[in-house]
Amino acid sequence: MDKTWNNKAWFMVLPVLVLVAFNAIIPLMTVVNYSVQETFGDNVFFFEGVKWFQQVVNSERFHAALLRQLTFTFTILAIEVPLGVAIALTMPRRGPWVSVCLVLMALPLLIPWNVVGAIWNIFALPDIGLLGRVLNGIGLDYNYTRQPEDAWFTLILMDVWHWTSLVVLLAYAGLSSIPDAFYQAAKIDGASRWAVFRYIQLPKMKRVLTIAVLLRFMDSFMIYTEPSVLTGGGPGNSTTLLSIDLVKVALGQFDLGPAAAMSIIYFLIVLLLSWIFYTLMMRNEERS
Amino acid sequence: MARILLDNVAHAYGPTPRGLPDYALKPLNHAWENGGAYALLGPSGCGKTTLLNIISGLITPKQGRILFDGKDVTQLPTAQRNIAQVFQFPVIYDTMTVAQNLAFPLRNRHFPAAEVSKRVSEVAQMLELTAILGKKARGLTADVKQKVSLGRGLVRPDVSAILFDEPLTVIDPHLKWQLRSQLKALHRQFDLTMIYVTHDQTEALTFADTVVVMYEGEVVQIGTPADLLERPAHTFVGYFIGSPGMNVLPADLRGNHAVIGGGYEIELDRPYREIPPGTKLEIGVRPEYVRLSSGEEGIPVAVQRVDDIGRIKVARVRLDGVHLNVVAPEDARIEGDVSRILFQSGHVHLYADGHLVGGAAS
Repeated sequence: MDKTWNNKAWFMVLPVLVLVAFNAIIPLMTVVNYSVQETFGDNVFFFEGVKWFQQVVNSERFHAALLRQLTFTFTILAIEVPLGVAIALTMPRRGPWVSVCLVLMALPLLIPWNVVGAIWNIFALPDIGLLGRVLNGIGLDYNYTRQPEDAWFTLILMDVWHWTSLVVLLAYAGLSSIPDAFYQAAKIDGASRWAVFRYIQLPKMKRVLTIAVLLRFMDSFMIYTEPSVLTGGGPGNSTTLLSIDLVKVALGQFDLGPAAAMSIIYFLIVLLLSWIFYTLMMRNEERS
Repeated sequence: MARILLDNVAHAYGPTPRGLPDYALKPLNHAWENGGAYALLGPSGCGKTTLLNIISGLITPKQGRILFDGKDVTQLPTAQRNIAQVFQFPVIYDTMTVAQNLAFPLRNRHFPAAEVSKRVSEVAQMLELTAILGKKARGLTADVKQKVSLGRGLVRPDVSAILFDEPLTVIDPHLKWQLRSQLKALHRQFDLTMIYVTHDQTEALTFADTVVVMYEGEVVQIGTPADLLERPAHTFVGYFIGSPGMNVLPADLRGNHAVIGGGYEIELDRPYREIPPGTKLEIGVRPEYVRLSSGEEGIPVAVQRVDDIGRIKVARVRLDGVHLNVVAPEDARIEGDVSRILFQSGHVHLYADGHLVGGAAS
């Protein structure tokens, strides 16, 4: 049978194309445009080539922010993924408590991000915040607005509180998809609790956990709102993550060129690391 | 080696049952003899799997005791009973190889490594899995996966009974025969009690020496395949087993005759006197024992159609509003759509409220 060629079908794709162009391609190209030019205002631009890229790549300030960003991301991944799996394992699989648990778990995810920042900002204040008062009350010298370690501690605690639920929900979905027969067979095979986790639950959760790790990686690597409201990058520069630094350069100093170059490098790092993560986690899958 | 005795075992899911209808499994006394091949047959939702899970210990029954060789195991967890179970959907450990899968039950019980590998290679040979021992279990086909999960049961030297919960549901038809005959061979080779749950009568009748038929949580007949065909203890058994199933007609009793619709009398093998008034009486007769007449004798019926089902032809007829399946011999006389049927005496059974009167009912 001859194939019917009907080029009118392209018109069907057009709306999507326009949408993608407006919300992704055009803004991205604007940034690319800025990243290779210098401006002194009045919409006058000079071509600068790769100068801004060289400047960013060699800047110690950028290195420091990148290091902070990596530290933050890997710390919260190391806490949130095991913790999320552990919580999902303890949640009931049947009965009236399931919905209660799910709603409780989903609550932090429903709070607007800047509200989360504001909540923790006040909650952790050493003089009036509950957390701050309690920590100081038990004899710790805690002040997140002055001590970098305390700021980091609060920042990570906030992120764990806000986002562990996502891992819990995904891991729980993975666990719920395991048929009862697997647990029954494991009982008959005399498997220990650990063996059930290692050989049944973990393999069945692998796919959703891959997604959870990827989502948490990307989100935490691009996090802006919560730390910006909580510490604003301080004290000093101690919690200035990449995105906060970027905003400082772009809107604080109004250095459009370097900020644009930094955005692109930032974007490429996220892309590269996501790809590495994904490849590593999927490698076993393909081998067998 | 175990004789499994169920002593007044019953189970209900949910809260304390108020009456018999609340039970998923109604009180049952039965002994599964050592080395027997049993089939547990019944429609979906009749309590087969519940009964199986009670024996394997995945469910603790609400009442009654389970004894293995006289030892009460009712409260014993599954892992401590010498029972293996194969499930409807193959359960394998994805990340392990076939060999590791087979070794898993032994490793969990801390057998020495030398014995583990010896048992694994024995079982692999038995099930023809030797060639793929090193393969990851994930990529196997459903029938091989099912063999691996059976192997995990056989590998344990202490196992004395293997329970099968509709194990061939997901297997391709042409492999079903192969696996089933392999199971039978294993059963002959080893002194194992096998209990095989299925809703497929062919599977049950070909696999088992003894068939246990369940209906709405109740065991309605325990017998050999021949018993089930010749003397169904319950109208359900007659209807469920055999293809087509037994004919059931409402009837009244007059001496040693049953009176059916239209006032026709059918001779019974003996007079029945023990029937209390008010019971619902029916007669049951298999299609094989009713035939279309080739002459003038018999009860007139309306013939609706004649199906050729292979070796015989079966006619679907109507007698006073009741549909019957009867054998249609080559020389059967059908005028228009009217014919006559003959009942073969000695094979017409009387049922009171569904149960065979004076029969070998459970």
